[in-house]
Amino acid sequence: MKELLEGSRAVAEAVKLCKPGVISAYPITPQTHIVEELAQMVASGELDSQFINVESEHSAASVVLGAVATGVRAFTATSSQGLLYMGEVVFNIAGMRLPLVMTCANRAISAPINIWNDQQDSISLRDAGWIQLYAENNQEVVDFHLMGYRISEDKSMMLPVMVCMDGFILTHGMEMVDMPEQEKVGIFLPPYQPLYKLDPAFPISMGLLADPDYYMETRFAIKETLKDALQFIPKVALEFKNIFGRDYKDCLVEEYHTKDAEKVIVAMGSVCGTIKEVVDEFRKKGKKIGLLRIISFRPFPYQRVYEILKDIPRVAVLDKSVSLGAYSPLAIEIKAAFAGKKKAPQAISSFVAGLGGRDITPESIKDILRKLTQKEIDLEFIDLKPELLKESYGD
Amino acid sequence: MRSFMKEIRIHARAGQGAITTAALLGYAYFKEGMYPYAFPNFGAARMGAPMNAFVRVDSKPVRLRSQIYEPDYVIIVDSTLMRGYNCFSGLKEYGIAIINGKEDLEVPQLKPKQKAFVVPANEIAMKTIGRPLGNTTLIGAFAAATSEIKLDALLEVIKNRFSGKAQEGNIEAAKQGYEFIKKQQGAY
Repeated sequence: MKELLEGSRAVAEAVKLCKPGVISAYPITPQTHIVEELAQMVASGELDSQFINVESEHSAASVVLGAVATGVRAFTATSSQGLLYMGEVVFNIAGMRLPLVMTCANRAISAPINIWNDQQDSISLRDAGWIQLYAENNQEVVDFHLMGYRISEDKSMMLPVMVCMDGFILTHGMEMVDMPEQEKVGIFLPPYQPLYKLDPAFPISMGLLADPDYYMETRFAIKETLKDALQFIPKVALEFKNIFGRDYKDCLVEEYHTKDAEKVIVAMGSVCGTIKEVVDEFRKKGKKIGLLRIISFRPFPYQRVYEILKDIPRVAVLDKSVSLGAYSPLAIEIKAAFAGKKKAPQAISSFVAGLGGRDITPESIKDILRKLTQKEIDLEFIDLKPELLKESYGD
Repeated sequence: MRSFMKEIRIHARAGQGAITTAALLGYAYFKEGMYPYAFPNFGAARMGAPMNAFVRVDSKPVRLRSQIYEPDYVIIVDSTLMRGYNCFSGLKEYGIAIINGKEDLEVPQLKPKQKAFVVPANEIAMKTIGRPLGNTTLIGAFAAATSEIKLDALLEVIKNRFSGKAQEGNIEAAKQGYEFIKKQQGAY
């Protein structure tokens, strides 16, 4: 049913459709509304689930880890400092091969304290072994939660999925969402059938010591599964399309006017909507601009990126995060896709924008397009205020 | 950008109900088959801090995610904000501003084709709701001043949003906001 919903409410509704047995979370802006809505649903009996209040994100992640370990579908959501505080458990969940879906309401990282949107939080946990999907709008947010459980719990995967949605822009943004019907969700997402679980009748141990004789294979196995995920995610996206009608193609990337483009911007998340508007405006004037939107940052679809961009003369990568001391995270991947390859864009320029909630306007995007010449640019910050860089202490 | 896209910028302080205002406008547009995107922008995250809420609406899903710099309409929930901010910044040539304030409120000189309506929304709200929350009065006035949304659609949305006494009061507040503008327009 088509409804006008706040993004957070839409997530709560989507999670409700997936019927998790356990929900545990600790509130943090801009994620708070999601778990408030879920707590309300559980309290009113609308959702038959155990909502476990905890004193921190570390505990929230631990509770859902434990729940999934006993064979129960679980859910949590967090953001920013909360995600970092969960950090070690986040690695454990993937390491123990436990399927889970977590929402990350993307927000900047302290210090200085900043509650506004960028993608530094989830990006900083890119190496944890999770699948990371970045949504452009709240319809995708809803659909990716459904697909997230389906992917995560498949016996060929058994890895957690992080659905990344831009804080405030999507979490607090009200827009039309076509809510899937419970009956169809039931067909798409059958009840969770664990491959293994903690059960007093058949005791097993999970996540125990793996010494140098064993540890490497656990990481190799996750690497291999994530490689398989590049084939499996498109299969799930097709199943999804067949049941719900919405077509995410391979659900790894989205191509927007890339075929004949002379300049392509690569980006992730809600900013891609703004970029599409600019692309349309330029296309009307006959300028061949395109967008390549990365949906799946982990696993990273190198081959797809190579195929799409290999003949594009100029590519701009827009990151809403940084890897301080290195190229920006998305740019690193795009450049890597062409390492040692015969064909490559003449220039892969890298831009950072929108950190800590600085608004990315159509003008910011046009600025990137203006700067995207033959001369490759490394890590230019867009919409920087030079006057703020002049402050200094002492002599 | 596209001529049929409309943008509304609401100026308020955190806690004054600007998000609810944006949401109600969003629901009213949605009811009329449009695609609204209503979203807030917080300043310092505390009560009383200046903040904006926005509604961008189009006849197809809105993709543009930036804040609103060139609004078609401005709603000023707290007129004290006019002292420190240019609340009319970027207002379009034929833009309309709805300002919550007393009759004698000083409004800056706007461009010739722009219009500003001062609505005693807090006073109306005191009488109708019993609290100085002028939001529903302001959107009633917005409906009359802009013809963007029908009063009936707005009242239905308010009916769904509130219950009991608050519902009654807010419906009356929106009606009076609407009437206030209609009377003024009649006098033009």
